[in-house]
Amino acid sequence: MPAAHPDTLVPVARPTAAPATRRRRTAAVLPGFGTSAAITSLVVTALVIVPLAVLVVRAASLGPHGFVAAAWTPRARAAYGVSLGASVLAASTSAALGLLVAWVLVRVDFPGRRLLDALVDVPLALPTAVAGLVYSTLYVEKGWLGQWLVPLGVKGAYSYLGIVLVLVFVSLPFAVRVVQPVIESLDRDAEEAARILGASRMQTFLRVVLPGILPAVVTGFALSLARALGEYGSVVFISGNMPFKTEIAPVLIVSRLEEFAYAEATTIAVVLLGLSLTLLVVVNALQQRLARNAQ
Amino acid sequence: MSIHVREVSKSFGSFKVLDRVSLDVPNGGLVALLGPSGSGKTTLLRIIAGLEFPDAGHIEEDGQDVTQRHARDREVGFVFQHYALFRHMNVFENVAFGLRVRKVPREEVRTRVDELLRLVRLEGLGGRKPGQLSGGQRQRVALARALAIRPKMLLLDEPFGALDAKVRVELRQWLRRLHDEIGMTSVFVTHDQEEAFELADEVVVMNHGRIEQQGTPDAVFDQPATPFVMDFLGTVNVFHGRVENGRAYWHGIPIDYPDYPHAQARDARVYLRPHELELSPVTGDGSPVAGHGQQAPSLLASVLRVTRTGALTRVSCRPQGWQTELHVDIPTESAQRLQSKLEPGARVAITPRRARVFLPDPEYAI
Repeated sequence: MPAAHPDTLVPVARPTAAPATRRRRTAAVLPGFGTSAAITSLVVTALVIVPLAVLVVRAASLGPHGFVAAAWTPRARAAYGVSLGASVLAASTSAALGLLVAWVLVRVDFPGRRLLDALVDVPLALPTAVAGLVYSTLYVEKGWLGQWLVPLGVKGAYSYLGIVLVLVFVSLPFAVRVVQPVIESLDRDAEEAARILGASRMQTFLRVVLPGILPAVVTGFALSLARALGEYGSVVFISGNMPFKTEIAPVLIVSRLEEFAYAEATTIAVVLLGLSLTLLVVVNALQQRLARNAQ
Repeated sequence: MSIHVREVSKSFGSFKVLDRVSLDVPNGGLVALLGPSGSGKTTLLRIIAGLEFPDAGHIEEDGQDVTQRHARDREVGFVFQHYALFRHMNVFENVAFGLRVRKVPREEVRTRVDELLRLVRLEGLGGRKPGQLSGGQRQRVALARALAIRPKMLLLDEPFGALDAKVRVELRQWLRRLHDEIGMTSVFVTHDQEEAFELADEVVVMNHGRIEQQGTPDAVFDQPATPFVMDFLGTVNVFHGRVENGRAYWHGIPIDYPDYPHAQARDARVYLRPHELELSPVTGDGSPVAGHGQQAPSLLASVLRVTRTGALTRVSCRPQGWQTELHVDIPTESAQRLQSKLEPGARVAITPRRARVFLPDPEYAI
């Protein structure tokens, strides 16, 4: 193929782009930056840092030996395992389901779409204890769903599965609402371009669409995970709370409190906090990497 | 590849976007679909591409009926107004996309993409993300991406619409040369007549889902088939007049119109382009100013204002006894020569050098 005429449109040499980490300083658009920064730090300190600090200080008063003895009992370790395992499972399910639901809400026009859109937020408003009760009623051996599922070996009530089910219920809205606006803002022309260039539907989705929404899906996962790790009200009603099997860390904390073992309850809380924080930091790092990649 | 559009109709809901449109694009041709927004030009392009399917009619490519064939199987290159680049891929991967999904061997992809990046003058920028490029550069990436799969035709939907004026002019001159070099059948959509005229071999003027006229830029501009075409292609002065005995009369000034030889007078519309009017200064009583010959018969008017628009200067005047304004475009050079005689309030005589006449009944339209 012959080369184009060299006299026009010679690419302009641009100065090397600044590294992504360097931020340009710009004048504040809105006035009162100092004041709002002060209010923000105050609120965060009062609402988040102080209570967490109290927790840590209380737990630290036990000394390293006492801390390990209280927080690392076999029953507590099992509870951390159930909490993390069920939460990760539930958050993954929510992220995947949330992507599907958000996609349908944005891209598929069907009667009742607005209603479904509104229903997505219901789990946020419903007392989670109600959700736990309803789920256990549904999935027990004589429940509406349980009467069919239990003979098939699917036990949704008083089981690990039950915990995952309610955690998906309480975390799904986050996964949907984070992904939805991103799907709305997708460049539909790019999808058509991919198809014209010969990509199949699957290739178009995997190579063109997914990279654009993956950061949002991961954010949805992180929010769902955070929500699931802290959930108590629904799980306590559906899990059966069997130590070593279906007892999550928050339930263990409460049962320790009921035994007036305040110190032990505090140490469990601190460990749970540490684990959650680590997990969320990792997920956020992943999200940021994906987002940088997708611009 | 030659394209034949046969009696294609398309509706969105109750709105008829295309109404029995037929169009031929010869092999190697560069055709512009020109029209206002809502004229159906983009829909026609998308039907040719295989992105939309007509309700009725056929599309033939090289004599083959491809009406129901999806864009994916039509071997077309398509360029979108807003580039539609894959934002998360760098320039190289964008251009390579069509080859990658076709499982072209790695080495071949590299050679081909490098060749294309050279062609669109973007060599060395393969590692950039689209977000780091200017609008003109992005559109050239989109073009290279479309060409990568060696399409049989190139379709462009308002390809320069999102670019600023200077880049737009550069890019379309470049595209014209590119087309001359690779000789690919190309169709592009635009609402900018200057763009259509400069770039295309043939211009298709569309309005309300129909083709008003198809022809070379000269033919469309000099012999507009319909009042719409005349109106759409640049500013015109439109007047009511009358025709009889092979002549049209515009405020008493006769204009040759051999298409209507009948003796019976009829109403007609007279279209005058501002640059096809002549203007000469006159004294207060209407007699020509010495040194400025004046062709009889003419229309007397007084100057309202003079606006320079570049190479042309627009003189807005009000003919005697009129409520409305009449625009006359004269070369800026002559305007500067006449300067003192074109001050507001000055008297001028206006003579039409050319005029187009349309009879209201379409069957008499030239």
